[in-house]
Amino acid sequence: MGSVDAFKALVRRDLLLAMRRRADVLTTLIFFVIVVSLFPLGVGPELETLREIAPGVVWVAALLASMLALGRLFSSDYADGTLEQMVLAPQPLGLLVGAKIVAHWLVSGLPLVLIAPVLGIQYDMSWEALGILMLSLAIGTPVLGLIGAVGAALTLGLRGGGVLVSLLVLPLYIPVLIFGAGAVDAAATGTGAGAHLSLLGAFLAVSLFFAPWAAALGLRISLE
Amino acid sequence: MLEAVNLECVRGERRLFRDVGFALAEGTLLEVVGPNGSGKTSLLRMVCGLLMPAAGEILWRGQGIRRLAEEYRGQLTYLGHHNAIKDDLSGVENLLFSETMAGGEATQKSAREALSRFGLAGFEDLPTRVLSQGQKRRVGLARLAFRARCRLWVLDEPFVALDVKAVRMIADLVANQVDSGGIVLLTTHQEVDVPVRNRQTLRLGHA
Repeated sequence: MGSVDAFKALVRRDLLLAMRRRADVLTTLIFFVIVVSLFPLGVGPELETLREIAPGVVWVAALLASMLALGRLFSSDYADGTLEQMVLAPQPLGLLVGAKIVAHWLVSGLPLVLIAPVLGIQYDMSWEALGILMLSLAIGTPVLGLIGAVGAALTLGLRGGGVLVSLLVLPLYIPVLIFGAGAVDAAATGTGAGAHLSLLGAFLAVSLFFAPWAAALGLRISLE
Repeated sequence: MLEAVNLECVRGERRLFRDVGFALAEGTLLEVVGPNGSGKTSLLRMVCGLLMPAAGEILWRGQGIRRLAEEYRGQLTYLGHHNAIKDDLSGVENLLFSETMAGGEATQKSAREALSRFGLAGFEDLPTRVLSQGQKRRVGLARLAFRARCRLWVLDEPFVALDVKAVRMIADLVANQVDSGGIVLLTTHQEVDVPVRNRQTLRLGHA
């Protein structure tokens, strides 16, 4: 019972902090919007080309935006000592890390999912493709957050940790990118996105199960 | 009962101490003294389980603290160099959150009472960002008001940044905890008299 309360309290606290620090939160979203909107300007207004590159561009931008947000996941808790208190709390640390990831996704992942269809219109995507784009991002961005949390935990407190975390998690992000963009592509060409989405779902299930505990171990090492 | 056996601490390439040991029965205060860099903070972090000793072990009621894990952490209250409070949250919000984390039950009312006991009446709802250094320390320390149930307190320089009155109050709080059967580990560079019946002193470094 105490653990559930702690989980809820941590999610609530992180959302509250995000509300009081809106500028930090908006950075991710604005980055995403800018990157996706620049491509049509750079590539030119041929609809055929735009439709073709849309899934890849949106997904790459979402991936980079998620990576940009990773730095915020544990660093402020680390700096003010609240992370130490979390590690020492009589709750399973994996659960608390899970709460942090949930709050992090609500703040930095969910807005990307919601705004993606608006951006997709710039690329003349079909309604069906837009729907699959949202769905694939809704399944894929939590995976990015979960995997990223492990990298963020391991590089906590290191100088140049930002670069290191990119090198660490990027290889693990690639399958998500391939199947995420692939799903949208398949929907656009009419071959059916089911298989891609199922694989994304499988990634989500596996990372949901392992990532919080791996990140918890990483945090214990980083705090030594 | 807290026991440390032959602890050794290595930070980087340097050995800070070796063969450090103590055994504390319930109701004992342990003052850890030594010059800067002698490993006081490292020792306290080892006792909390945040730092792995290079050698030796720490036992709580006869069992290794690594094995006890959550059961041990439920008995422990640690106060480090950082206040562990969020700048953007008010004193009350900070206190309620840290108590929920620790598995305790604090209410708005009890949190306000605790803060005013710690001399923060009128500041409870301000974001702690606007408080002074000493007031922030008080917010951090206010969690002790809820932790009488924890049988082990580990306090790293609790008196830093506090005024004379607050120092006195914390010293009395610690004394009270010790005399009601708690174990308290404490480091400080200030000459503070904590009026307890059973005390031990551990010297680190060559001073």
